[in-house]
Amino acid sequence: MSIDQATVRRVAQLARITLREDEVPHLQGEINAILSFVAELDSVDVEGVEPMTSVLPARMKLRRDEVTDGGFADEIVANAPVTEDHLFVVPKVVE
Amino acid sequence: MSDLTGLTLAHARDAIRAKTISSRELTQAHIDAMEAARALNVFITETPERALRMAQASDDRIARGEGGALEGLPLGIKDLYCTKGVQTTAGSRVLDGFIPGYESTVSAQLWRDGAVMLGKLNLDEFAMGSSNETSYFGPVISPWRRPGSNAALVPGGSSGGSAAAVAARHCLGATATDTGGSIRQPAAFTGTVGIKPTYGRCSRYGLVAFASSLDQAGPVARTVRDTAIMLRSMAGHDPKDTTSVDVPVADYEGAVGRSVRGLVIGIPKEYRLDGMPIEIDDLWVAGIEWLKEAGAKIVDITLPHTKYALPAYYIVAPAEASSNLARYDGVRYGLRMAGRDVAEMYGNTRAAGFGAEVRRRVMIGTYVLSAGYYDAYYLRAQKVRTLVRQDFERAFEAGVDAILTPATPSAAFAIGEKTTGDPIGMYLNDAFTVTVNMAGLPGIAVPAGLSAERLPLGLQLIGRPFGEETLFSLAEVIERSAPRVDLPENWWAA
Repeated sequence: MSIDQATVRRVAQLARITLREDEVPHLQGEINAILSFVAELDSVDVEGVEPMTSVLPARMKLRRDEVTDGGFADEIVANAPVTEDHLFVVPKVVE
Repeated sequence: MSDLTGLTLAHARDAIRAKTISSRELTQAHIDAMEAARALNVFITETPERALRMAQASDDRIARGEGGALEGLPLGIKDLYCTKGVQTTAGSRVLDGFIPGYESTVSAQLWRDGAVMLGKLNLDEFAMGSSNETSYFGPVISPWRRPGSNAALVPGGSSGGSAAAVAARHCLGATATDTGGSIRQPAAFTGTVGIKPTYGRCSRYGLVAFASSLDQAGPVARTVRDTAIMLRSMAGHDPKDTTSVDVPVADYEGAVGRSVRGLVIGIPKEYRLDGMPIEIDDLWVAGIEWLKEAGAKIVDITLPHTKYALPAYYIVAPAEASSNLARYDGVRYGLRMAGRDVAEMYGNTRAAGFGAEVRRRVMIGTYVLSAGYYDAYYLRAQKVRTLVRQDFERAFEAGVDAILTPATPSAAFAIGEKTTGDPIGMYLNDAFTVTVNMAGLPGIAVPAGLSAERLPLGLQLIGRPFGEETLFSLAEVIERSAPRVDLPENWWAA
């Protein structure tokens, strides 16, 4: 399977990565090289094989549903590019 | 370089306990070595003042008759481990300047046991690479060179800074991480020892996530014993990571030197690749002989799905990476690039913040998880992963205690040599190591000889789940039997 340039643009949009138009052909080539490399998997018989969801046999551990942490809003916003009153500030979303 | 930086971690530990050296002297010697070696670009952030404070505190504890397992020993920390109050970049522009408000569990355990932090070590961006050339902070230069050549070689990756720092004697040991070979391949390239423990043996809390079902922390050091000492401090159950396993941590150092008589070692024919250099094959044969002489029993085994592990990895790892890296959006931390609206701000931030390799993998991951392609790619890769794991399970059920393979298909290469052309050439570096991550098993790389170009080559031992002790015993046999690999003389000091 190989992808066209429109698909490269759509995937970049889904991944939220702005692409310059001149980057598209190059990325298309690289992604297609990887897709042709992984195409080798098409020859494996996976009929009746369970997909691996975890290498660990153990069941998911449970804990009490209670607050164990918190009360440090200053630390949480300390690395944010723009904040106001312990809130993260982003460009306007609603006109 | 002073005699102090040439000590093994075990010898330095014993000397500090015996009070024949102080942690301050030892730490100062390593700070001097680190500062004189900036040409190698090994550290992203140096923390000399903090190191000297920690060393003084260690000396005070030793004076009071206290002290932990790593008391006063200067270590480097891969810059993928969050360190409270110290910049943590993951080798990426998107995290340039990020200062965590918390400490990773593994590094916290090192400080609990008295270790001293020298600084944060360079790596491939988000640990995606096999040569340390994808770092936003520039490539690490290996302390190794081909005789008669000044060409800069790669130290391997992604833990290239960790392996180079240990080989160049900037630190006694270093933390590293391994998602597809990122501890074992750079260890093999630099003549050092590196172990990726069983998935779940070390907590992933506070490690910048790449591919969560594959990532595992582990040490790089100059001897098998030194890695065993470090792993004991790094390992253990952590309620903050649901995938960390509640199995007691063994005395790994006690396994070093233990007899391997009667252990059954599997030799998988699928690791003999077409076109593999003859010297890799010779090294493997030598390794078999050393283990045989030590009383181990050698059996041929088959791991038929080996060749599918790498392609399956290049679906599973990018898929998980695309999800994990969704958090870098310019809102809560790191880089932000302006945009007319929030979507454009996200897009511009990620375009500027991620390098070419990371961008490529995020896009592959996004594609294989997108509607209509999930079953064809991701689900199929996860089924292949089951088959890879079952190959190993069958070998272990048949009585195999560990598996011996080459660590890498070649010795180190020059900077720039594999970055042109398509990405697959670089990916093939991990052909022998990636199977172990896919199956969640422990694997250790140990130096075993030199290539025709006088560069280090390593062998890999793969163990049963939580079979780290067996690996340490076997690896020490190889270390003891192999021709001595002398680390490179210091040509890099300023």
